[in-house]
Amino acid sequence: MKKSIKFTLNDKPLTLNIEPERSLLWVLRGDLELTGTKYGCGEGYCGACTVLVNGAAVRACLMKINDVANTKLTTIEGLASDDQLHPVQQAFVDHDALQCGYCTPGMILTAVSLLANEPAASKQDIIAGLDNNLCRCGAHKRILEAVHSVAQKEQAQAD
Amino acid sequence: MSKNNQGKDLRPTGHHSQTFSRRGFLKSVGGGVVVLFTTAPRFGHAEALVSMGAPPAFNAYLRIGEDGRVTCFTGKIEMGQGIVTSLPQMLAEELDVSVGMIDMVMGDTDRCPFDRGTWGSLTTRVFGPELRAAGAKARQVLLYLAHEKLTLPLDQLVVKDGVVYDRNDRDRHVSYAELTKGQAIVRRIHTLAPVKTAADYKVIGNALTRRDARQKVTGEARYAADIRLPRMLYARILRPPAHDVTLERLDTSAAETIEGVGVLRAGELVAILHEKRDVADRAIGLVEADYTPGTELPDENTIYDHLVNNAPGGDLVNEAGSLKEGESLASEIFEETYYNAYVAHAPIEPHAALASMEEGKLTVWASTQSPFGLKSQLVSELGLAEKNVRVITPFVGGGFGGKGSSLQGLQAGRLAKLIDRPVQVFWTREDEFFWDTYRPAAVVKIRSGLMEEGRPAFWDYRVYLAGARGSDHPYEFPHHSTIAHSRSWNAPPGVHPFRTGAWRAPGANTNVFAREQHIDIMAAKAGVDPLEFRLKNCSDPKYLGVLKAAAEKFGWKSAVGPSGRGVGMACGIDADTVVATMAEVDVNRGNGQITVKRVVCAQDMGLVVNPAGATIQMEGCITMGLGYALTELQRFRGGKILDLNFDSYELPVFSTLPQIETILIDSADPAPHGGGEPAIITMGAVIANAVYDAIGVRLFELPMTPQKVMAALGRDD
Repeated sequence: MKKSIKFTLNDKPLTLNIEPERSLLWVLRGDLELTGTKYGCGEGYCGACTVLVNGAAVRACLMKINDVANTKLTTIEGLASDDQLHPVQQAFVDHDALQCGYCTPGMILTAVSLLANEPAASKQDIIAGLDNNLCRCGAHKRILEAVHSVAQKEQAQAD
Repeated sequence: MSKNNQGKDLRPTGHHSQTFSRRGFLKSVGGGVVVLFTTAPRFGHAEALVSMGAPPAFNAYLRIGEDGRVTCFTGKIEMGQGIVTSLPQMLAEELDVSVGMIDMVMGDTDRCPFDRGTWGSLTTRVFGPELRAAGAKARQVLLYLAHEKLTLPLDQLVVKDGVVYDRNDRDRHVSYAELTKGQAIVRRIHTLAPVKTAADYKVIGNALTRRDARQKVTGEARYAADIRLPRMLYARILRPPAHDVTLERLDTSAAETIEGVGVLRAGELVAILHEKRDVADRAIGLVEADYTPGTELPDENTIYDHLVNNAPGGDLVNEAGSLKEGESLASEIFEETYYNAYVAHAPIEPHAALASMEEGKLTVWASTQSPFGLKSQLVSELGLAEKNVRVITPFVGGGFGGKGSSLQGLQAGRLAKLIDRPVQVFWTREDEFFWDTYRPAAVVKIRSGLMEEGRPAFWDYRVYLAGARGSDHPYEFPHHSTIAHSRSWNAPPGVHPFRTGAWRAPGANTNVFAREQHIDIMAAKAGVDPLEFRLKNCSDPKYLGVLKAAAEKFGWKSAVGPSGRGVGMACGIDADTVVATMAEVDVNRGNGQITVKRVVCAQDMGLVVNPAGATIQMEGCITMGLGYALTELQRFRGGKILDLNFDSYELPVFSTLPQIETILIDSADPAPHGGGEPAIITMGAVIANAVYDAIGVRLFELPMTPQKVMAALGRDD
C-alpha cells in the first residue's frame, strides 16, 4: 500500500508516493539515483551506507523510507554547498584520506555527525566514533588525521 | 514481467571470427593526433590486440586532442592503488605537459590497449615503461609537426607545458593544440624514442595527491553498481547453502506472487529479478530450493593434513650445495611447521556488474581487475563474437586480487542475453564471502641447522599450496633447497573446499611468515640479536639498506630474544621491491590479546614515481596486514562457509591501528618496482617475532588470535 512520505532531501523538500516499508538505502540508490550512498554489508556493520537524518549519522541499510518521514535527510551528494566542499570533505582531499573511495561517503558523513556533537574531538574521540566504519584499503591513518585536522581548527578558533 | 525462462539452453551458438576494423577503432578513439605504438614483440600482445579491433600489433596509448588535452588509454583499472595519478605523471613527464592536461580512459576493452589484468604490482614496472615509450614517441611526432609549422630545425625546439618554443626566440611558439587542429594524424611507431632519465625528471618523483579525490568525497565517482540504464532490472542470484552441491528442487512460486518479479534460470544459475533491488531482496527470501550434497570435503580441523596429503608434487624453486653435507655440519637442528588459514579479500564494494544487450552487442560495466579477461570469458561462454562484447570498468571499490575473478560479470551477461533488458548483478556481502576466491590455507615446513659457531649450516624449505612467490630466501646458506608443492595459489580441483585465488602479494605473506620466524628462532639459539643475524647472513645491498634504515627510525637496540620488550623484525622481497619492517607489541597474558603499538617499514622500490602514492600504499599494506596477522580467518564445514558478514569476519579497525611510520629509500636502482603489495608481506612475521620477544612463546599459525596466544602460553581455557 503506497503512502505519501514527505521529507527534506539535501535541502530540498520532497514527497514520495511509495510503499512505506521500502528500504531507505535502495530507494536512495535506485528510485532517487543518489548512488553516493554505498551498499557494503546490508546489516549495519560496515557504515558504507551512512546518511544524516536531522544531522545524526544512521545506516540507510537498516532503515525504511517511512523512518525518514518529516526529517531532514542529507546524503553525500548534499554535503557540499555551491561547489564549496564541506570542511571534512576538503580535509579528506588534502590528507589523501582515501584509496578506492568506496567507504569514503560513509566515513565523511559519520565524521560530520561526530564533529557536530564534539567540534573539538580528540583523536581518541574520533577513533571511537569511526570504529564501526570499515575501510579495507587501510586508509585509517589518514582518515584519522583528516578528521582530527578539522577538529583542531575548530579548537584553535575556540581558544 | 514474470516471464519464466527456466531451462533455457545457454550453450554457445558458434564463435564468430573477428572482422578487423581499423576505421571503427580510430573512430572510437577520436580525432587529433593518435599515436599507435607497437609493443607486441616485447610484450606478446599481438593476438589480443588484433582481437580487440586494433590495427595488428599496433596499440593506441594516447591521443592529443584539438583542445591540446591528452587522453591516456590504459587497460589497467583504478581500485584505490592510485595509478589514476601516477600513470599521468609518467606520461606528463615524457610529453612535457602538466598532469592536469591528461584525461584517463581506463579498463574499456573497446578503447584501451589489451591488458591482462591489474595485479601483481605490474602497472608501474611493466605498463609504465610502455606508456613512457609511447609518450616519448608522441613528443617526437609533435616536435616534427612543430618543426614543419615553425620552419625551424628540430634541435632548436624546446617544449614546456604543451607549447613548443624556439629556443632562441620565445615569441615563436606553437601549442600542441594548434598542431593537432583540423588534423587526424595517426602515427605508427616502429622504433623507440629515448625516454627521459633521472636528471631530466620534472614530474616523476613529485608527491602528488590523488586526482580522483574530489569525485570520491562528493559521491560523484561511479562504481559498477552505480550505473543506471533505462528499463534495467536488479537481479539477485540464488546462492547455494554450500559449495559442491547440486540443485535438486526449485520452487519460485511464492516469490512470483510479488508483482513484477521475474525468474530466470540457466542451468545452476537461478536469478530473481525486479525493477527495485529491495523487492528482489524480499522475493529471493521466498524461494525454496533443495540441494544434494557433493563429496565430503575437509573442515577447518582437518584441512592442514588434507592439504599436505593432497598437494601436488614438489617443484624446485632454488637450491645450492648439498642438504646432506649441510646437515652433517650442523650442531643444532631446527624443525618447525607453519600454517595459515583461508583469508577473504573482503573489499567493501562487493562484486557488481551491469550488462546490456543492444543490437547484438553486449556491454558489461563491471567491477573487475581484468576487463579483457572478463571479455574473453563472455565471448567464449555466451558464444558472442569478439566485436560484440565490450567491458567497461568504472572505479573499482577495492580488489586485492579478489576481482581478478569476475563471476558476477558472467552472471549479468548471461541474464541480459536471456531477457533482453539491462541487468544488474550486485552481490550481497554474503554472496561476496561465499564466492570469494580465498587466499589459500597453506603449510610451510622448514628444517635448518646451525654450526658450532652460530653460522647457518643448511636450509630445507617446503611450502604446500601457498605458491612459490616469496619462498626463496635472501640469506647466504651454504647448503639449501626451496621446494614449492604448487607454484601457484590455485590448486588442482579437490584440494580446497572452495574457490581460492590471488590475494595481495599471493604466496609471499605465507612464505615470509614462516621464513622470518624461523630465522629468528635460529638467531635466538645462536645467541645473536635478530638484526645482527640478518645483517651477517645477507649481503644484498637492498636488504642491508632497508634493514639499517628501519632500525635507525625504529631505534632498534641490540638484544637476544626474548627480551621482554616486545619488538621484532622481518624482511622480504615482492614485485622486486625489498622491505624491512619492525614492530612493537604488547601482549596481555591474561586474555591473549595482542596489541600492535608501532610499525616502522622501510622500502626500496627503485624509482619512486609518486612518493605520496607509494607511502599511502605502504600504510595500506601495513594496516591490511594486521588483519591476516591477528583476526582474519574463514571458518567452514566442508563446502559450507560460516563467516558470511563482518559481524564474525573481523577486519582491522581504527581502534587497532598502530602508529605507522614509513621510509622510502632513495634508491640507487633507476627502474621502478612494485608498490601495491610489498609492505604487506612482512606483517605476519614481524608481529609473531615481536610476540615471541614479549612473552617467549612462538605462534606458528596465522591468524594469531587470543585463543592461540593462550594455548601457546599453556593456558588453554
